[in-house]
Amino acid sequence: MRLSEHKYRTPSRIAGQLLSIENVHAARIGEVVRIIGPQNITFEGEILEIDQGNVLVQLFGDTRGLNTGNMEIVFTDTIRQVPLSREILGRRFNGAFKPLDGLPMYFASEWRPARGYPINPVARLKPEEFIETGISAIDGLNTLVKGQKLPIFSSAGLPAKELVAQILQNARLRESTKRFAVIFVALGLTFHEYSFYLGTLQNIESEFVAIINMADDPVMERLMAPRFALTVAEYLAFDYDMDILVLVTDMTNYCDVLREISNARKELPGRRGYPGYMYSDLASLYERAGRIRDSLGSITMIPVITMPEDDITHPIPDLTGYITEGQIVLSRELHQQGIFPPVDVLPSLSRLMQKGTGTGRTREDHRNLANQLYKNYAKGRELKKLEAIVGRDGMAEGDQLYLDFATVFENEFIHQGKQARSIYETLDKGLEVLKRFNLSADNLKKSEM
Amino acid sequence: MKTGTVGKIVSISGATVRTDLTDLTLFERVSVGEHNLTGEVVRLEKNGAVLQVYEDPGGLGLNEPVQGHGVSLATSLGPGLLSVMFDGLQRPLDVLNEKTGAFIHPRHLESPLDLRKQWSFNPVIKKGDNVSGGIKIGYIDEGGFQHPVIIPPGKNSRVESIAQGTITLEEPICSLEDGSRIFGYHSWPMRVPRPYKRKISPQEPVITGQRIIDFLFPLARGGTCIIPGGFGTGKTILEQTIAKHADVDIVIYAGCGERGNEMSELIEEFLELIDPRTDCSLMDRTVLVVNTSNMPVAAREASIYTAVTLGEYYRDLGFHVLLLADSISRWAEALREISSSLEEMPGEEGYPTYLASRLASFVERAGVVETLSGDIGSLSMILSVSPPGGDFTEPVTQSLLRTAGSFLMLDTTLANSRHFPAINWMQSYSLYQNLLADYFKRNISNDWEVLRSLCREIMHKEESLKEIMEIIGIEGLQEKDRLVMTVAEKIRSDFLAQNAYTADAYCDPQKTMNSIRTITDRFLQGRDHNDGIRQEEQK
Repeated sequence: MRLSEHKYRTPSRIAGQLLSIENVHAARIGEVVRIIGPQNITFEGEILEIDQGNVLVQLFGDTRGLNTGNMEIVFTDTIRQVPLSREILGRRFNGAFKPLDGLPMYFASEWRPARGYPINPVARLKPEEFIETGISAIDGLNTLVKGQKLPIFSSAGLPAKELVAQILQNARLRESTKRFAVIFVALGLTFHEYSFYLGTLQNIESEFVAIINMADDPVMERLMAPRFALTVAEYLAFDYDMDILVLVTDMTNYCDVLREISNARKELPGRRGYPGYMYSDLASLYERAGRIRDSLGSITMIPVITMPEDDITHPIPDLTGYITEGQIVLSRELHQQGIFPPVDVLPSLSRLMQKGTGTGRTREDHRNLANQLYKNYAKGRELKKLEAIVGRDGMAEGDQLYLDFATVFENEFIHQGKQARSIYETLDKGLEVLKRFNLSADNLKKSEM
Repeated sequence: MKTGTVGKIVSISGATVRTDLTDLTLFERVSVGEHNLTGEVVRLEKNGAVLQVYEDPGGLGLNEPVQGHGVSLATSLGPGLLSVMFDGLQRPLDVLNEKTGAFIHPRHLESPLDLRKQWSFNPVIKKGDNVSGGIKIGYIDEGGFQHPVIIPPGKNSRVESIAQGTITLEEPICSLEDGSRIFGYHSWPMRVPRPYKRKISPQEPVITGQRIIDFLFPLARGGTCIIPGGFGTGKTILEQTIAKHADVDIVIYAGCGERGNEMSELIEEFLELIDPRTDCSLMDRTVLVVNTSNMPVAAREASIYTAVTLGEYYRDLGFHVLLLADSISRWAEALREISSSLEEMPGEEGYPTYLASRLASFVERAGVVETLSGDIGSLSMILSVSPPGGDFTEPVTQSLLRTAGSFLMLDTTLANSRHFPAINWMQSYSLYQNLLADYFKRNISNDWEVLRSLCREIMHKEESLKEIMEIIGIEGLQEKDRLVMTVAEKIRSDFLAQNAYTADAYCDPQKTMNSIRTITDRFLQGRDHNDGIRQEEQK
């Protein structure tokens, strides 16, 4: 603790979002500084680097109009904290955590650091409770489980936001009486998308908190917004035993800012210019999802990622896939066929599906059914490539059956339009499709042996 | 801690800290800042030193104190390690959980081992005996596991006195005539390989219970194996399945920069599962070293050294040890982050130029050895690799390929068709195959080698026929080729694929042998039958 407030008027350099200050006597890594510029414009920054008396600060907010000659920098001796209270439910904030809904800021009952602390692996409880999303491709084949982080890998022009909206409307835990809330984090969203999401949020039953950073808002705030959201999520989940669904869209914008700041700091660029520490940085967000032993609450996370150039090996989806517990991949081809949601189940995966399905969770035959659907569809898709070469008539009768199966599977099982299906409807639908092609329950048992 | 001078922090960039303290040695352990964060000296300069801090540097301030410990970063070795989960700096995570709650706050813990706990000790030497480093002086009863106490390497003297019965690790249990006192545990600098008498060439396999590994790409005791694969190819499941079933005495599992949920699952499962060879829980033969992806990056770099030192320790006690690391790429990335914050010149893909030599010297710590006391112990390694974008031409995979003895390539296509373990049988290889051939011949079956060649031949044949078949369909193939295709399909689905969630997760070598024999017998019969028909026709 410092005994007095430190103020400096010694800025030496401003470059983009980075400010250097000279002759500093005391500073901490991550310390929040307040900058008071001409006409009393005020915003905050965070200390990135300290070298002797020279301090490098990352500025949040618009740096236009700043002037090194007329600037006061206050060192606050605290790290970035989030005010917390139950009053937060139903509120909307911007990326600097200022209310956007015109209401005054609530009185904080507690403050916690925005960056949080890592969950001790021994304190974690393994995720195993099924969440029903109402979407067959997810519930049936890539089941979402409470405490999981399951991203949606989309591409430009694909209806990721409609899919997310549908999940928000229908997501529920089976036989749960606990309170459920959604935390929505918008990173670099256009107004068009924002109004769509807000409309959806206002129509769902559960309560929500929104943290909104629009495309024309200060970009640096994009780095803090998800951290504020997750601190709020941890508070509500682990202090009030609530089930929290954190929806972050779009992580691609977040990573681009990470690259921007890394570049400004003259760090060595990694793949495609993204910094080498992007994996650790992303992990510090995604890994905050989960359940812990002392609490009944949970944090489930659905980040949305737009894959640049539809490329799943691009560093953003690639590193995300290494951290998250699976992925839901959207396909342009299915979208063009008019299938909604256009989920390509072959590259999609839920690593925790084994834990959340079966007797007592969903239904006894769930796993086996999912495997059969998956196998037959994979075969059908494989044969479609062959069909392109030799034509349907050149193929064996048995192979034609798989082709038809794949088509029916896409049109009837994956495609469901706006309608939500319960898990039982999903499973029955799958069973029905299998039976139609004579891949009945008996065959299922045989193939299992 | 070294009394004496205390220095100051002069600059901080990420987890790299500069101090004006000059009284330090390279790789010495240091305490940094008001909260005594653990760090290591990585570079000495004219007016100070550069330190690597192994904890979250958030809140660290200018002019805060720095103090040297006079020793390098070390691993504590003794009873009480088994079934504990440590972080990368060997702090017991359950103790940390009790002290700081479900979230990890940087905190200094005195010792990784419980020094107050009472153990029962049975000496096997007596006063006046000559002892030297590595010699067993007695056993501590660790509840089903007899933990040998050894003289730390480097000592050589006569026993002056030795304790018996109830002891704690706080008090010495043996004193030597040269004045040194021996405790129930000792510390060893984690970056220094532990000494042994001599290294022996591997002769025996580690039976993993995975048919494709044991039969086609066997791993030797004391050998090393790498498992590279893109995300979703089942690296972690494969490693965990092997950790459950491998026929070794001790398993060291290093979760390096991976998911937290996976670790909690692992513990729960290991506590429930019973090791059929000892009837104890699997956890009782396992030490976990865990640094999940959101825990401090620099400690991730240290974590595999903690793990390998633990492995070498149990090897020196005369056990067969298996070290599994998931994943070594995250370790390399941590090394890259540290290197870049030290402003070193980058090599390929930003990795430091010493990546290959660091990896090689780490992998070389595996092996079968004659220990200082004359026992045979082994340390085998299975390392998973997470190549970015699933591209195997990246530096970590390539460097490891030069040093590791066995390569199990995980294939995204196989994983997408839900064939697990998704080990590609065309690209993978094991250099131990010939070394171990003799063992399998003697202990399992005479025709092990013959059947293996036959199996590989069928799979090769299938690969070359596959393209033709895609165009002309299976009906267009010759009778004998059709047989190859059906048998290969059978080998793939009934033999190479193995479900990790059913009783099939473990398959002993005899069963492996029987199962491949059933399939290949069908092939041979079919071939003979075809030949018969052809001969008839010719007549």
